[in-house]
Amino acid sequence: MTFKGWILPLLLIAPQVLISAVFFFYPAGQAIWQSLFIPDPFGLSMQWVGLGNFEYLLGNKYYLASFWTTAVFSTLVTVTSMVPALFLAVIADRLIKGAGTYRTLLIWPYAVAPAVAGVLWLFMFNTRVGIVSWYLGLLGYDWNHVLDGTQAMGLVVVASSWGRISYNFLFFYAALQSVPKSVIEAAAIDGARFWRRFWTIVLPLLSPTTFFLLVVNIIYAFFETFGVIHTITGGGPQQATTILVYKVYADGFVGQDLGSSAAQSVILLVVVGLLTVLQFKFVEKRVHY
Amino acid sequence: MATVDLIDVRKRFGATEVIKGVNLTVADGEFIVIVGPSGCGKSTLLRMVAGLETVSDGEVRIGDRRVNDLEPMDRDISMVFQNYALYPHMSVRQNIGYGLKIAKMPKDQIAAKVAEAAALLQLTDYLDRRPRDLSGGQRQRVAMGRAIVREPSVFLFDEPLSNLDAKLRVQMRLEIKELQAKLGITALYVTHDQVEAMTMADRMVVMHAGVAEQIGTPLEVYESPATVFVAQFIGSPSMNILEATRTAGGAQLGDMMLPGPGGSGSVQLGIRPEHLSRDEAGPLQMHVNLAEPLGANTLLHGWLAGTQLPFTASVPGVWRMTGGTEELQLSVDPEHLHFFDKTTGRRL
Repeated sequence: MTFKGWILPLLLIAPQVLISAVFFFYPAGQAIWQSLFIPDPFGLSMQWVGLGNFEYLLGNKYYLASFWTTAVFSTLVTVTSMVPALFLAVIADRLIKGAGTYRTLLIWPYAVAPAVAGVLWLFMFNTRVGIVSWYLGLLGYDWNHVLDGTQAMGLVVVASSWGRISYNFLFFYAALQSVPKSVIEAAAIDGARFWRRFWTIVLPLLSPTTFFLLVVNIIYAFFETFGVIHTITGGGPQQATTILVYKVYADGFVGQDLGSSAAQSVILLVVVGLLTVLQFKFVEKRVHY
Repeated sequence: MATVDLIDVRKRFGATEVIKGVNLTVADGEFIVIVGPSGCGKSTLLRMVAGLETVSDGEVRIGDRRVNDLEPMDRDISMVFQNYALYPHMSVRQNIGYGLKIAKMPKDQIAAKVAEAAALLQLTDYLDRRPRDLSGGQRQRVAMGRAIVREPSVFLFDEPLSNLDAKLRVQMRLEIKELQAKLGITALYVTHDQVEAMTMADRMVVMHAGVAEQIGTPLEVYESPATVFVAQFIGSPSMNILEATRTAGGAQLGDMMLPGPGGSGSVQLGIRPEHLSRDEAGPLQMHVNLAEPLGANTLLHGWLAGTQLPFTASVPGVWRMTGGTEELQLSVDPEHLHFFDKTTGRRL
């Protein structure tokens, strides 16, 4: 369909453009602009430093450590939220009785806000009153994520993945339902047993969904897990759970270094953009639509 | 190569019985067509032989083994599905070779087998394509290739031609029949198309509401249908069924007297349209209100004088209606009269 003239098409795209402009282009532009300055602590004046903020960050070992933390965190979150989701979806797909109830129960955690989920997990693993840490103590395992960086990382990964499993489950379940039954039956007659069918037929047919979820979950781990980290560890101990987006907040709003914070968000923007481009360029080639 | 035996096979879904006790013995190498209207249970029956549906009661035997509790892969069968069920992410070569790969056949042997099947089915040029790049007929051939390459004891076909256009259907019908004869593999073939059934079957099973109403060669079924249902389902256009009273000299139809074998009582009388012929002195008087010219012959639709029941006759050559209804005298050879019980519908 083609439009005559310009006015109607412009009107039709205007709402989307307006939203993008107000909530993305303007702040992004501001971030790029501010990343070139160092403001004084009272916000009264700004000093031009050019790329000085970036130079400082790329030589800062805490910032580089945060890169590594983010890589570990987002990989773990993506894996821990996708693998169990796929497994649960495969089981749900085979259910005949009670599938509806099972499905509904599995979808519930998605309705829990990230910060609430964080508090929930924090209570369970609280080093003094948490029920899980108490039982772990009975088993002789000393749980203290306030001091132990690895435990802290484990906890924020689980807390971030938990609700996400529901989301991934929904997509995998829908994708499984749309795999033609006769194709599975043909494979069964061809001699493939359940797991063989799963690896050679079902999984390849799920690949468009898997790819989509991969992209979406990595972006989730990069940005939307802020609430969970903020409520559970606050980035600690010793920055063990300070992912890039958390560091943007911590340096900018806690440390009041707005120039550095702005530079960090610019870097984050570039990293996620590159990552998504890479995924589409390389991973998508292995996807069968 | 194997025989297939169904012994009082039943299938229930909850309280409803959809297969109500089917008995069938298939000889080695025989081509059996299971035909019936949709919902008659024919596909369910086939899927029970395949192992895709459980058998509620009775026994399915392939060769000398009872296979009721065997998984599909352990039954030594292969199946062609209505929608072909090709693996969309695999090339034609991988599709055909999938079963062999799972059977852990050496790679060079798989390649040889796939090449052989592809040559037989004229697929050699398409081996590296994906199913989505093939036409319907080619997909059908790939499905056939996948079925034959494993050299099973039994072929199962579940309406394999119903997604093809009419011309291709006729061509593939011949190809499947020839291939089966060449390979000598026992085949069970499900269809709703009575022409497919008539042309392909060594013997056919006519199913209706979960019951095998008649099992026999196509001509047996055509010439002496066991029930009213079979009589009307097999043959095109379908048989005329009329209420009649048998007398010593034949059958009384309203005020018309049809000479034929004697008897008594009221019955259902069946006359195939193609067995009627124009005869000025014939005993049947028909009101024709519609003529369908087919070229070689013409189908005349209307009703018999004295009855309100629809009646069809097939007369040779071209018939031109001059307008309104026309009257026509017809006769029928007494040996082509079929009598069925008025209540059970079974052949008398």
